[in-house]
Amino acid sequence: MSQDMSEENLPDRPAHEGGSQVATAENPFADPGFPAHQPRRQDIDEKAARSSERTVAFLFTVSMLATLGFIASFVVIPIDKIVYIWPLGHISALNFALGMTLGVSLFAIGAGAVHWARTLMSDVEVADDRHAIAASPEVRAKVMAEFATGTGESQIGRRKLIRNTMLGALTLVPLSGVFLLRDLGPLPEDKLRHTLWSKGRLLINQNTNKPLRPEDVAVGSLTFAVPEGLEEEQHDYQEQLAKAALMIVRIQPNDIKDKKSRDWAHQGILAFSKICTHVGCPISLYEQQTHHVLCPCHQSTFDLSDGARVIFGPAGHALPQLHISVNGEGYLEALGDFEEPVGPAFWERG
Amino acid sequence: MSTNTSASAKPRGKAPAGERVADWADGRLGIYSLGKANLRKIFPDHWSFMLGEIALYSFIIIILTGVYLTLFFHPAMNEVVYDGSYAPLQGIKMSEAYASTLHISFDVRGGLLVRQIHHWAAIVFVAAMLVHMMRVFFTGAFRKPREINWVFGFLLLFLGMFDGFMGYSLPDDLLSGTGIRFMEGAVLSVPIVGTYLSFFLFGGEFPGAEVVPRFFTIHVLLIPGIMAGLLVAHLILIVYHKHTQWAGPGKSEKNVVGMPFFPVYTAKAGGFFFVVFGVIAAMSALVSVNPVWAYGPYRPDQVSTDAQPDWYMGFSEGLIRIMPGWEINFAGHTLVLGVFIPLVIFPLVLGFMGVYPFLESWVTGDKREHHLLDRPRNRPVRTGIGAAWISLYLILLVGGGNDLFATRFHLSINAITWVVRISFFVLPVLVFFITKRICLGLQRRDRDKVLHGRETGIIKRLPHGEFIEIHEPLEQGALFKLTQHEQPKPLEVGPEVDENGVEKKVGPTAKLRAKLSRGYYGEGTQIDKPTVEEYEEITSGHGHH
Ligand code: HEM
Ligand code: FES
Repeated sequence: MSQDMSEENLPDRPAHEGGSQVATAENPFADPGFPAHQPRRQDIDEKAARSSERTVAFLFTVSMLATLGFIASFVVIPIDKIVYIWPLGHISALNFALGMTLGVSLFAIGAGAVHWARTLMSDVEVADDRHAIAASPEVRAKVMAEFATGTGESQIGRRKLIRNTMLGALTLVPLSGVFLLRDLGPLPEDKLRHTLWSKGRLLINQNTNKPLRPEDVAVGSLTFAVPEGLEEEQHDYQEQLAKAALMIVRIQPNDIKDKKSRDWAHQGILAFSKICTHVGCPISLYEQQTHHVLCPCHQSTFDLSDGARVIFGPAGHALPQLHISVNGEGYLEALGDFEEPVGPAFWERG
Repeated sequence: MSTNTSASAKPRGKAPAGERVADWADGRLGIYSLGKANLRKIFPDHWSFMLGEIALYSFIIIILTGVYLTLFFHPAMNEVVYDGSYAPLQGIKMSEAYASTLHISFDVRGGLLVRQIHHWAAIVFVAAMLVHMMRVFFTGAFRKPREINWVFGFLLLFLGMFDGFMGYSLPDDLLSGTGIRFMEGAVLSVPIVGTYLSFFLFGGEFPGAEVVPRFFTIHVLLIPGIMAGLLVAHLILIVYHKHTQWAGPGKSEKNVVGMPFFPVYTAKAGGFFFVVFGVIAAMSALVSVNPVWAYGPYRPDQVSTDAQPDWYMGFSEGLIRIMPGWEINFAGHTLVLGVFIPLVIFPLVLGFMGVYPFLESWVTGDKREHHLLDRPRNRPVRTGIGAAWISLYLILLVGGGNDLFATRFHLSINAITWVVRISFFVLPVLVFFITKRICLGLQRRDRDKVLHGRETGIIKRLPHGEFIEIHEPLEQGALFKLTQHEQPKPLEVGPEVDENGVEKKVGPTAKLRAKLSRGYYGEGTQIDKPTVEEYEEITSGHGHH
């Protein structure tokens, strides 16, 4: 590759490369070499130096006092004491005291050390030589020769059978590790397609924990519901809730634009999955006039009066709707599970 | 200590205790050879060299506070009823992880402070790494022989961001659970294997009871372990390569000028550790970060309205927010491009920085060692690329906070989203050209300064009435500094025909490379620096003012 390229275009290294070169009359741009060292006040005036010393010692003393303050605060201040400190507001007194004393005790050590280094330690600049990182050709040749000797002695080049079986063994052995990871979790199967909803399951109002009746759902309000039988005690409560959570609104049937959506509603009461189809945040904001709901995570907006289709934002498809009706006793019930998977899309969703 | 070397005035007898300990250690560890090489090792000084130190120190602070937190934190997702001293949540069911976080915050004295220090240090850590990386980028300190160290540093940045996200997820509060849900959605979007990855990650369906303990191990053991190894390698290579330095009188490619490690650098760097720690401790006393008790325990059907990740994740947040919700359905499958594309772009945008040193050296054909730093203005194309990258990063941060911007400035989210979408493509290009322009302007100014001297601000009236500003010629040190840099020329595709008249084949890669190289160093990418002849003509012609 580099053969077709002329690498000579790179400039020569500037002349000063060999170290500081004394300025010459011919080259006004030459490196004049190190400037003479300018002594600091502390270098020539012992009084200034002593004042620096006192500053450093003062800072170290402040640190010691602050540490004592830390210990005292720890012992004295009750953990639940709240104080008002302007402009921070009402905050934990202990946290404030411990943090400030710790901060000061640390900061003062640092400030002292830096001040000491800057004012009292030598500030004469020193130069070290650099050496090329790459080895010299001799060293390179020697290492290559030694490596060749080593490979020769191992006979790996000659005994192909050993080489190939060794490579095979080394390639296969990590497979055991891969298999060990298999039991990290069960296979997905069709778990993402099913929720707790099924025919006849009542819609339980999340606020009251009572089964919902149509008259509980007012126009303009957003009600959250879960399937009957989902109990906080059960071991898979969170997993079931993550799929089954419902959002219920009531819209004048004439205002529902999507026909199927209207059919799946009960007198304008619509039940949609609460889980955003983008990456799964629960949806929480409802605009009554427009019947739009907004996902607070990335602002996907769905029009509930039109089959919950996406009208803005990064979500890729509408919120699934649950087909509901009312049972003999006048309670809202599901007529089956969601027809499509709820929540974020995935490869097998189709 | 052989007796014949102690010919000094020191009385015979035992050496001081410290010396004896050192001798003991040397006999086992060879510390004197180490000390010989390193005790007086020279480190150049410049404020921008402290950025890496801030990153180093915040990492140490993170480890110290993190170990403390592991003593109290229970990484378990079984359900408990909270009975600690934070009244608003008493009697509420929650995971043990969340309950133990509340315990640390309200019932362990100093626990809240350590939690806050840990979180603040993580924020500072990632910020410091990013800015440190920028300084290395803009000064060209990543060039040979330091490319590998750049890659180590880059991996530290990547892992640091990732580990921060994991840590954020551990308390299992409403906000962190939302972040994990986001992650599940992102994993699900991966074609073919996404659902499997998700089930393996969560040990079944989201959220399950595995994710917190698993993240805990990754967060406190796996990633920090890798990072500690990378960090040590990073530091060893800095010592081995010796630090870069700015050009100046007496400073060259062949030397390194500064202060010895012991005592000056030890005191400054060691002191600076305490400064950083002190500042972060005070921040933790004053500004609350991640008050998990205010969010409540995680429930998959609830969300806190101002769900925002830590700032360094805001960039991926921006990508995910501005992406249109593309989904392609075919043959019973779904390609979730709306989530998967951001998931791919995120590492690509970062990864561009990771491989940049190799790109640049390929394009410019420069395979030599460099120990003198470039002034950003003298490498306008590189500086432009860096600025464009930053602008991309920032515009995505804006995208990540589009709701905040919308409410703060009374704009529609729709408008902001479109602005960010268009800016994603347009802004980096604009920023590139503007930056390049500015660099060339600064080069021109340097050239004028060399040829005509520095403006003094003193106005003089000439005998015939004209006013001129007196220019003071630069000292030689300044002249040297402004003219010592190289001005490389672009690579060229050699002649199409060689000396013998035989046509040479020039591959398309070679042509592309030559073209890129012209983009880097060809016409319009640098202002010729003054030559000695030009300088002499002007100075002798005008005479000195
Ligand atoms: C854990 C995170 C990191 C720590 C603790 C750290 C620490 C340091 C320190 C203390 C230095 C020497 C002082 C300085 O030049 O600032 C340094 C140099 C360096 N760092 Fe980092 N760094 C980190 C991340 C990074 C990143 C993200 C990059 C770039 C992708 C990077 C690339 C470099 C390079 C190339 C040098 C050598 C610079 C020179 O010699 O001029 N580091 N690092
Ligand atoms: S999760 Fe609802 S918009 Fe992203």
